[in-house]
Amino acid sequence: MIPGEFEYHAPATVDDAIQLLAQHPDDGKIIAGGHSLLPMMKLRFAEPAHLINIFEIPELKGITEEGSMLRIGAMTTESELIRSALINQKCPLIVEAAKMIADPQVRNRGTIGGDIAHGDPGNDHPAVMLALDADIVVKGPQGERTIAAKDFFLGTYVTALEPNEIITAIRVPASTPGTGYGFNKLKRKTGDFATAGATVVLHLKGNTCDEIRIALTNVGPTAFRAEAPEALLQGREIDDALIEQAAIKVMESCAPAEDLRGDAEYKCHMAAEMARRSIRDALARAKGN
Amino acid sequence: MATTAEELDRQALLEGIGCSRKRKEDPRFIQGKGNYVDDVKLPGMVYADMVRSPYAHARIKSINKEKALALPGVLAVLTAEDLKPLKLHWMPTLAGDVQAVLADEKVHFQYQEVAVVVATDRYIAADATELVEVEYEALPALVDPHKALDADAPILREDVKEKDNVGQGPRKHPNHIFSWEVGDRDTTQSALDTAEVVVKQDMLYPRVHPSPLETCGCVASFDKVKGQLTVYITSQAPHIVRTVVSILSGVAESKIRIISPDIGGGFGNKVGVYPGYVTAIVASIVLGTPVKWIEDRIENISTTAWARDYHMTGELAADISGRIKGLRVNVLADHGAFNSHAQPTKWPAGLFSICTGSYDIPTAHVKVDGVYTNKSPGGVAYRCSFRVTEAVYLIERMMDILAQKLNIDKAEIRRRNFIKADAFPYKTALGWEVDSGNYQAALAKVLDAVHYDDLRKEQAEKRSRGELMGIGLVTFTEIVGAGPSKACDVLGVGMFESAEIRVHPTGSVIARMGTISTGQAHQTTYAQIIATELGLPSEDIQIEEGDTDTAPYGLGTYGSRSTPVGGAATAVAARKIRAKAQKIAAHLLEVSEADLDWDVDRFKVKGVPGQEKTMKEIAWAAYNNVPDGMEMGLEAVDYYDPPNFTYPFGAYLCVVDIDKLTGETKVRRFYALDDCGTRINPMIIEGQIHGGLTEGFAVAMGQEMPYDAEGNLLGNTFMDYFIPTFVETPHWETDYTVTPSPHHPLGAKGVAESPHVGSIPCFTSAIVDAFAHLGVTHMDMPHSAYRVWQKIHELGLDKQA
Ligand SMILES: Cc1cc2nc3c(=O)[nH]c(=O)nc-3n(C[C@H](O)[C@H](O)[C@H](O)COP(=O)(O)OP(=O)(O)OC[C@H]3O[C@@H](n4cnc5c(N)ncnc54)[C@H](O)[C@@H]3O)c2cc1C
Repeated sequence: MIPGEFEYHAPATVDDAIQLLAQHPDDGKIIAGGHSLLPMMKLRFAEPAHLINIFEIPELKGITEEGSMLRIGAMTTESELIRSALINQKCPLIVEAAKMIADPQVRNRGTIGGDIAHGDPGNDHPAVMLALDADIVVKGPQGERTIAAKDFFLGTYVTALEPNEIITAIRVPASTPGTGYGFNKLKRKTGDFATAGATVVLHLKGNTCDEIRIALTNVGPTAFRAEAPEALLQGREIDDALIEQAAIKVMESCAPAEDLRGDAEYKCHMAAEMARRSIRDALARAKGN
Repeated sequence: MATTAEELDRQALLEGIGCSRKRKEDPRFIQGKGNYVDDVKLPGMVYADMVRSPYAHARIKSINKEKALALPGVLAVLTAEDLKPLKLHWMPTLAGDVQAVLADEKVHFQYQEVAVVVATDRYIAADATELVEVEYEALPALVDPHKALDADAPILREDVKEKDNVGQGPRKHPNHIFSWEVGDRDTTQSALDTAEVVVKQDMLYPRVHPSPLETCGCVASFDKVKGQLTVYITSQAPHIVRTVVSILSGVAESKIRIISPDIGGGFGNKVGVYPGYVTAIVASIVLGTPVKWIEDRIENISTTAWARDYHMTGELAADISGRIKGLRVNVLADHGAFNSHAQPTKWPAGLFSICTGSYDIPTAHVKVDGVYTNKSPGGVAYRCSFRVTEAVYLIERMMDILAQKLNIDKAEIRRRNFIKADAFPYKTALGWEVDSGNYQAALAKVLDAVHYDDLRKEQAEKRSRGELMGIGLVTFTEIVGAGPSKACDVLGVGMFESAEIRVHPTGSVIARMGTISTGQAHQTTYAQIIATELGLPSEDIQIEEGDTDTAPYGLGTYGSRSTPVGGAATAVAARKIRAKAQKIAAHLLEVSEADLDWDVDRFKVKGVPGQEKTMKEIAWAAYNNVPDGMEMGLEAVDYYDPPNFTYPFGAYLCVVDIDKLTGETKVRRFYALDDCGTRINPMIIEGQIHGGLTEGFAVAMGQEMPYDAEGNLLGNTFMDYFIPTFVETPHWETDYTVTPSPHHPLGAKGVAESPHVGSIPCFTSAIVDAFAHLGVTHMDMPHSAYRVWQKIHELGLDKQA
């Protein structure tokens, strides 16, 4: 549990951080809250020679409203998300997800940007971003660009982020009338990653669902949208029978790896059950919204 | 017995036995002022780290230290070759076997210690372990103990291949360690042959790890000039460690000082002597500087002592009314790579033969076979007294299964078989003399408190709706307080316990014991015993343990022995002081001893009000005015060899609701009634029970040490290994009855392990009960959501409408 030797850098601005990354293209690594990176370093699965700490950079903090969108600085911690009045009011899904991440110590340091950048299929924010249809704002030597969440997660620990880029912010739509969300995560205990998780965001027009996104956690190489059940529910009046059909399609869309949380069969069934619950929760909220 | 208000006031001031005095340890722990081994920093201290085997079974072809030695700051790299000249490459275990200190030619389990690196800096030491080049030739791993004795099984321990005995009797295969039998084979066989009903069940008590919050470690410091060795160590048994270190190192016991400072939990994990300790000591002797070795969490879980791993088969013979006629148990015990379980030396299966439980069973037979596998060595008592957890699990499961077979309620089957309250002391079929008990009363109180009949009604309704609700019940009896030296020893040292009490002239007291608190609050409770016995306020009584230079020799704290044995020694030593005090009081009051009555904190002359001497006054007199011929001072020592074990008992009931779609279990209710005889500090008892129940919950619901087919240990971090936080911990309801031990000076029995021992089968009982109407009789632990769901799925209960 002792990491290898590294040099520590604490740049004051994003541009300085990007420059440092450019100076150490092969062995430089961004550190944010450190709660994914440090465990890997302590196990010596990762041995970066240069750690570039962006946690304290002011530009990367803060939550603001930009028209119909919310802009969340990449270095916003889970605890800050949970305490933010704006997020509670305009995007409560994020609060619900953040509360289910790890434990208070981890949440006090872990950041939304780091959770997304890490590309871990077990992390919770990726599915939330997919379900919200969020934008990931990144910056590199060529300047800023925006990547849609659906294009961001490419595989286990692999994202659309270039090695010389930094996530600076997340942009999510503020909730609108008729929109409902559901977030359900099965875990063995406090501090555990999901055995399976399902996040659903849908919109109702009358009783008809005219928009739905179902995103799954830890049942594939990366968080992903379950498109078949989405297609099934889109444009329909969702009832129990339809939810059941969707659940079967969710199960079919999963490709989980077996581990101590369970085998593939169990995880597929759990993804389906989490999806059922999230669809029901989302419907109820959309109706009340 | 104090009766008047004035006497009761004086008694309250003492804060003695029966008082919920606040824990004296807490202020320092809560403020982060504890002093643990890893807090110890000595001048010139250097650091050790281990090179460990990635293989479960392999031959070591070569070890190349050059690159590691070339790293600046590295002082030494030691391997078995280096320890050989000192004859320290192997060490004896408490069970009569030997264990490799550093792997000698072969590795026998994953993470086994292969080399130790010592460096000036903890980080350099870690870097250097990666530079030690070890070439292995992988060998087939033996993981399944059921295959250990097969003719074609790989032979693990080449070092003892030719031996027909590895310390615990004859053996029949190179992978066999011992066969141990107790009871009457023939009468048990005929009870089974002639019984109206027989039930039989295979069950696995999985391998689990005690996982104390603080991992193991030590700081060894050898003073070359004085020839003295001081070791700060995470040990539940510092005096035994001193003896073992002396035997191993050749340093005189009087020149070795072992200090167990604050210990962050032990639960059996800190009884043994580990390679890390031995190599740190050797390194310190070789280098002449203090050496610190502290293991990390993965090392703790992967290499230091675990518990259980008992593959058990129980058979009960009974008549159709459920009266038991006989019990047979066969156990296959997986001891891992070396037989280094920690129990009284003569007992290869510990006190497992308490498995007749709280029941009047006319005949019984138990056979236990121990085998080697390519897993870490161990087999300690994890918050229990030497295999009592396994024994209680076995008999309590069998009682449920018998009840189910006969369609008798599980409370009723127990009532029909209890040892009657007037039958104590009761001699069990397997040879124990149970000191006292009142099982009927305990069970009745619990059933009443939870409205058992209503719960059963609710369950019937739920079942008709297809819901899964289970009620677990356990009525356990433990055997703790090892133990009588005629039955128990560790490496030949009898399992007595000791106390040394000194009363100072002003009436304050210092007392030292051979036990060592790992969280049980001895500083608080021992003082209460002395306060009551001597009539001096516990606030003025200082308790010290854990330093072999100052404390009297004792066997340490495990197996719930501190109160039954250490507490008895404390009471007896205090009584010796009080007897002397009485003589001094008689002298001061110019009466004969027989004219004096003890009254809370003073001696009074019978029938003469006002003629009295307080203990404080007597203490002063002990240093200046004693009767002719009496030596001055007021102190006593007692080495207490208990006449018997003590047998705490309890009745536990658990109600669970199971989510059919995820397999998750909600423990809705847990009611725990404990009887530990005289209660010294009710608040501390309750705290210990809460802790034990929580640990029991962890074992039953999630703890396991899974190995894959190659012998790789999966799940050796707290990401997987289940340590419940307060979020998942159920609400506990506690209760008690008081049935004192007749042979203990205070009537006390020991309690902190009961909740662990008793709750685990209670959770299983509840989970199985949720499926009992579907014909399920047993489910192995852990009852994780995943495993419970598999049962649900197998039974088709998760089908959607
Ligand atoms: C016990 C425990 C339990 C956990 N449980 C959960 C859980 O249930 N759900 C969950 O979602 N997470 C969980 N986590 C992970 C935790 O949420 C991490 O904090 C998070 O995954 C990473 O965020 P961080 O800020 O700590 O990033 P770091 O660990 O500092 O970085 C993670 C990776 O992202 C890169 N990175 C970080 N920020 C940026 C950026 N702005 N731009 C580019 N690259 C960046 C780093 O270089 C690194 O490779 C758990 C962690 C622990 C220790």
